[in-house]
Amino acid sequence: MLKQTPLNAIHRAAGARMVDFGGWDMPVNYGSQIDEHHAVRNDAGMFDVSHMRGVDLRGDARSGGVRGFLSYALANNVDKLKNPGKALYSCLLKPDGTVIDDLIVYFLREDYFRLVVNAGTADKDIAWFRQLLAERAPHLTLTPRTDLAMIAIQGPNARTKVWRALPGSESVASGLKPFTAATMASAWGELFLARTGYTGEDGLEIMIPAPHVGELWQALVAAGVRPAGLGARDTLRLEAGMNLYGQDMDETVSPLESGLGWTVDLASPRDFVGKAALLARPPTRQLAGLVLVDRGGVLRAHQPVHTGKGDGEITSGTFSPTLNQSIALARLPADVAVGDTVRVVVRDRELAARVVKPPFARNGKACVSLMP
Amino acid sequence: MNIPANLKYTSSHEWVRTEADGTLSVGITDHAQTALGDLVYVELPAIGRKLAAAEACAVVESVKAASDIYAPVAGEVVAVNAGVTDAPEQVNKDPYASWFFRIKPADPAAVAKLLDAKAYEATIGDA
Repeated sequence: MLKQTPLNAIHRAAGARMVDFGGWDMPVNYGSQIDEHHAVRNDAGMFDVSHMRGVDLRGDARSGGVRGFLSYALANNVDKLKNPGKALYSCLLKPDGTVIDDLIVYFLREDYFRLVVNAGTADKDIAWFRQLLAERAPHLTLTPRTDLAMIAIQGPNARTKVWRALPGSESVASGLKPFTAATMASAWGELFLARTGYTGEDGLEIMIPAPHVGELWQALVAAGVRPAGLGARDTLRLEAGMNLYGQDMDETVSPLESGLGWTVDLASPRDFVGKAALLARPPTRQLAGLVLVDRGGVLRAHQPVHTGKGDGEITSGTFSPTLNQSIALARLPADVAVGDTVRVVVRDRELAARVVKPPFARNGKACVSLMP
Repeated sequence: MNIPANLKYTSSHEWVRTEADGTLSVGITDHAQTALGDLVYVELPAIGRKLAAAEACAVVESVKAASDIYAPVAGEVVAVNAGVTDAPEQVNKDPYASWFFRIKPADPAAVAKLLDAKAYEATIGDA
C-alpha cells in the first residue's frame, strides 16, 4: 500500500498521473510536464512536497545544546546560522564520509532547530540522529513532524501569488531574504514560510498543519498558481544544477565527488561525522554537467561516458525544456575540464556531449551556451 | 482514452491504418503517448529497410523515458514522416494523425490478425 499525502484526492480530482515515488503515491504530472516546467520558470507553479519530513530538534544548552549537536552531526557548519530563521543546506555523512542524506536546517532559536529531510531517507536519518543523540546529547528531543504538510510554490510570480492566496503572509514574509524562514499564526494553525526551493527560481516553501493543506492548495490554485508534478520538479532541479539524493549521491560516494564540496566545511577546526574520512581520501572524481551536442536521443542516468581521462557515468539526465536540448549530471574523472568534449553511450551509439559547469538554467534563463 | 474503431492495434501500443495503396501507416496510440508523457525525440527506420514482425525499428523518447516502436507485421519501410522527428510534440497532440512510417506488408493478410479497437482496449484495462 502506497503512502499518501493529505492532497492525494485533490491531485486525482485534478487529473494527475500518479506514480510510486519511493513508496509514496505522488503526481508525476497533471497533463504536460513541459508546460508545468515552463509555468515555474516563467510564472508560478506549486508542488506537493508533503512526503518530505520536517524534524524538530529542541533542548537546552547542556552538552553544547542543539547547535553543538548539529555542529558535529552535519557536514556544513551551523555556526554560519547567526540570525533566527536562517537556513543552511548540508549533507548528513556516515563516518566513512559517504552521504546518508542531504537536508536543509533552519535555525529558529538556540533551543530549537528544524531539519527538512528527504522522504525516502527520513526513517534512516531519524534512526541515525537518535543513535548520535544517545551518544552525545541524550537530553535533546527529536520530533518528526508528521503532523505537517508542505507545499513548494516556485517561480518569478510565486511570492506575489502567495500574498494573494494567504492573507497576512505578505507582512510576515515579504522581507525574507533567500534561505530564511518565518512563522505566522493563521486560522489553520501556525504556518512556517521559507524562501527556499528546489527549482532555481524564487519562491516559498510553506509548512502547514496537515488537515488544512487542501484549503491552502485550493487558495493557491485560485490565485493562479499552477499545480506541477514530480516530473517538472526533476527537470527544474536538474536545470538548476541541484543534486537528487539516491541518484547523484548516496552511501557509496563522498560529497567532494558529488559537486557538494562547497557545503562541506573542512577549513574550520570543528570536528564532524565523516571529516577524518574526507581528509584521508582526496577526491579522484567529480560531478560535472553535460550538454548533448549531437542529436540522437536523451541523456539518462547510468549511460556510460567515455572521456580522454577515463570513463564515467551519467547520474541524472533529461531533456531540458529551457535549453531545448538534453542535459545531465555525470560522475567523471577529476581532471576532465569544463569545455572538454566527451562521448556518451546512448542506446547503440556514442554521442558527443560538452562538459559545462552547472547550473544549466535558473531565474527563467539559460546559464550555459549551447555552442562550444 | 481515444481508440478509433477504424484502426488496428498491437499489444505493444502501435496503431495501424491500411492506406488506399495497400501500405500500412504505423503510429503510437493515445494510451502510449499519455503513458510516455511529453515526447522530445523520435528516430525512424531507413526507407527500404526490411522488417520482421515485432522487430524494434523506431525509438521515441519522452522527458521520462525511451521506448522502442515495433513493426506490427513483416514488410518493407516505404515512407517515413519527418513531421514527427521535427516536432515530436505533435504525437502528444494528435497521436492518430502522427504516423511514424509506412510499411509495404510482406503478407497483405497479416494485418487482419492484429487487434481491433475492442481487443486493444481490453489489453490496456480501464486506462
